[in-house]
Amino acid sequence: MKMKKSWLLLLLTVVIGLVISACSSSDDGGDTASPGNKEGDSEPVGEVPQEIVVRVNDDPDFLDPHKATASISYQMILNIFEGLMAPETDGSLKEGIAESYEIAEDGLTYTFKIRPGVKFHNGDDITIEDIQYSFDRLMGKSGGEKMSNNFDNVASTAALDANTFVITLKEPNSNFLYSLTARQSAIIPKSNDGKHNESPIGTGPFAYVKYSPGTNLVLKKNENYWKEGLPYLDKVTFTFQSDDQAAIMSLMANEVDLTSVPWQRISEVEGSHNLSHQNNNSSLIVTFNESKAPFDNVKVRQAINYAISKPDIIDSIFEGYAVPLGSNMSPAMGDYQKTGLEKMYTHDVEKAKALLAEAGYPDGFKTKITVSSHNDMYSNIAQIVVANLKEIGVDVEIEVVEWGIWLDRVYFGRDYQMTTIDLTGRASAYEILNDYISTNDGENFFLFKDAEYDQIMTDVLKETDQANQIAYYHRAQEILAEQSPAVYIADYQIIWGSDKQVSGLKSYPFWFHDMSEVKFSN
Amino acid sequence: MMYLIRRFILLITTIILVSIITFGVFQILPGDPIRTMLGTEADATQIENLRSELGLDRPLYEQYSDWMKGLLTGELGNSIRFSMPVKDLLFDRLPVTISLAGLTLCIVLIVSIPLGMFAARRQNKLSDVSLSTVTQIGMAVPSFWLGMMLILYVGMRFDVFKISGYIPWTESVSGALSTLVLPALTIAIPQIAVNFRYVRTAVLEQLQLDYVRTIRSKGMSEQNVMYKHVLKNSMIPILTVFGLIMAEVVAGTIIVEQVFSLPGVGQLLITAISNRDFPLVQGIVMYITVAVVMINFIVDILYSVLDPRIRLR
Repeated sequence: MKMKKSWLLLLLTVVIGLVISACSSSDDGGDTASPGNKEGDSEPVGEVPQEIVVRVNDDPDFLDPHKATASISYQMILNIFEGLMAPETDGSLKEGIAESYEIAEDGLTYTFKIRPGVKFHNGDDITIEDIQYSFDRLMGKSGGEKMSNNFDNVASTAALDANTFVITLKEPNSNFLYSLTARQSAIIPKSNDGKHNESPIGTGPFAYVKYSPGTNLVLKKNENYWKEGLPYLDKVTFTFQSDDQAAIMSLMANEVDLTSVPWQRISEVEGSHNLSHQNNNSSLIVTFNESKAPFDNVKVRQAINYAISKPDIIDSIFEGYAVPLGSNMSPAMGDYQKTGLEKMYTHDVEKAKALLAEAGYPDGFKTKITVSSHNDMYSNIAQIVVANLKEIGVDVEIEVVEWGIWLDRVYFGRDYQMTTIDLTGRASAYEILNDYISTNDGENFFLFKDAEYDQIMTDVLKETDQANQIAYYHRAQEILAEQSPAVYIADYQIIWGSDKQVSGLKSYPFWFHDMSEVKFSN
Repeated sequence: MMYLIRRFILLITTIILVSIITFGVFQILPGDPIRTMLGTEADATQIENLRSELGLDRPLYEQYSDWMKGLLTGELGNSIRFSMPVKDLLFDRLPVTISLAGLTLCIVLIVSIPLGMFAARRQNKLSDVSLSTVTQIGMAVPSFWLGMMLILYVGMRFDVFKISGYIPWTESVSGALSTLVLPALTIAIPQIAVNFRYVRTAVLEQLQLDYVRTIRSKGMSEQNVMYKHVLKNSMIPILTVFGLIMAEVVAGTIIVEQVFSLPGVGQLLITAISNRDFPLVQGIVMYITVAVVMINFIVDILYSVLDPRIRLR
């Protein structure tokens, strides 16, 4: 009998534990979202629930659009916020919260007319004070810290009347409009000051509901959205799942409606799901620390360009879903890309050996490639690099480190010899190419120095004619190809797998899951 | 009473040591929480703003003593990565991990104890040998692989089970079970194997003792012999292992929560480590330390309930 009691006690303890844990799980129904199209759900025919679950690799760094820097954050939160200008799928800009704008002859004064009828998610109309507040906050003029370097060139901002906002620059800058999209300067309500991170409010198609760290970010339809009839979805859940393989299983099990598909697994979801291809607009590069021998010698860099076989990498790692590059600019950028540069270095072992010999390394040399472990892609590329460079006598050791260590040591510390990484796409050609300016200490982790390049990048900002701007950018790309601060491998495509009923996905030349026109249909 | 005080001092010492070690490790490990969080897009201004906002530019001893002061008042500080109190993050996640650990434990007990007794009674017969072989395999299976197999062959085939995420009990009991059964099985299977072998050995030892022969010769039914006497006396060695199994289950949740994308404390710990989010890691390590120490304490108390001789020592 005694024995039974202690058993009961043990079981009771476990049960009580479970009950306590069940009761203490605070819940308001926003924790779970399962696409309501799973077989066995008793949905009335003809009515498809407009709720989507989108898988994203990681949490946002901040929900406050002025604090966030990681591209993954904007992938989600650009659905909540808008700027004076808005991005187009082809990389150009259109009016956003501004209904129209004018740029003065001298290129210094930008005048914006504010669109009437735009409301914040809390129901308040957007006012000129909110716009002033947003820019003051970014520039550190409202007592806080400066939050962005994008507006260092701004001389003044002023409200002319209740719906006219003027920004005056110190110097003309042909790239300035790109600083006015939600990614750089989201317009947020002054009334929400101090709460922009825990309960963000914007004017975008979706409003913030709930963020559960490590689990998901839930958004709901903005009923007052200024674009008539949009959005279609009632609820958007961004669910965080770092593992690509697990995400594919979730897609197949209908627990997720949209996720990127690893190239090797495309055949598994073809047919059962919709696949859409997005040119990522990123540049996958193998690069060097150009401040140290042997990589300070342009001939060594060119030799490596000849030795590395881009088709090998494209076929084995991306299953062919990639376009080869010739400089740091993808075809996704349209006219801004100088075509033909991708043919400059075709795989040629003899040429590579000759160049190495000219540079004073007839027997090759030993080096190390440091890659981040946060994506298998990098170590796979490193293996091909090792095999390719062996052919010309260069002995490469692979060192795999965590993402945090890669950032610390390679990107910020510049303590490396070779590395491989993909440089995230931007909508602006200037922002893509400015990484190589010698004075850009933040981003020029290759430590590339070229006087002509620096001059071009200075001049292009003063140029107002688009055709001339394009000519400048083309020359900049030629310099990158000739001077080879990196081996420009490819812009790989992201293949999005989605539920058959999902339509209206749009792809941009940067990371943004635009949900405004997405819907489920029978 | 003295015993309790000794245990308490030990508990405090353990916590202080663990806190110093975790704090120290993060100072030695390369990788900066701010840079990891903001990535390559951040400019120097943003990095420095955040660093001073979070007080990470202050001397180490100051950061550590502040954190310890907070600990005494029950405050675990703020997570760097998620910009919210560590306490809130932990409370959000604990129900998931406790549910998972609880369900796992139930499965382990309900399966391994009857199986162990059954095998002991049929020592060296076919059923015993085959059970021992199967459990030998069960012990050797790595849990992440087992989890993957369960997802592939069970979760993907049957809609009943979910292969990722968590549904709270308050929302739906069946929903909670649908998200927890597969991960619980993943942790339970190797532990069932371990516990089965201990139960079998302990019961076998008892069966060889004189008192069993005596009560059998008095005509007591086999049922009573096994469950009233043998099992009770076997419980002490089993309990010792049970404490270890509990610790294994807590550790198992860390890996399995990753595999099944369960938003529990284990998944949070992995995220926190890779983000170098040391306030969060320290908070979680504290929780695990306290949990393990408490489990051992409970096991000690159960000892004395089961075996009065222990109380007299």
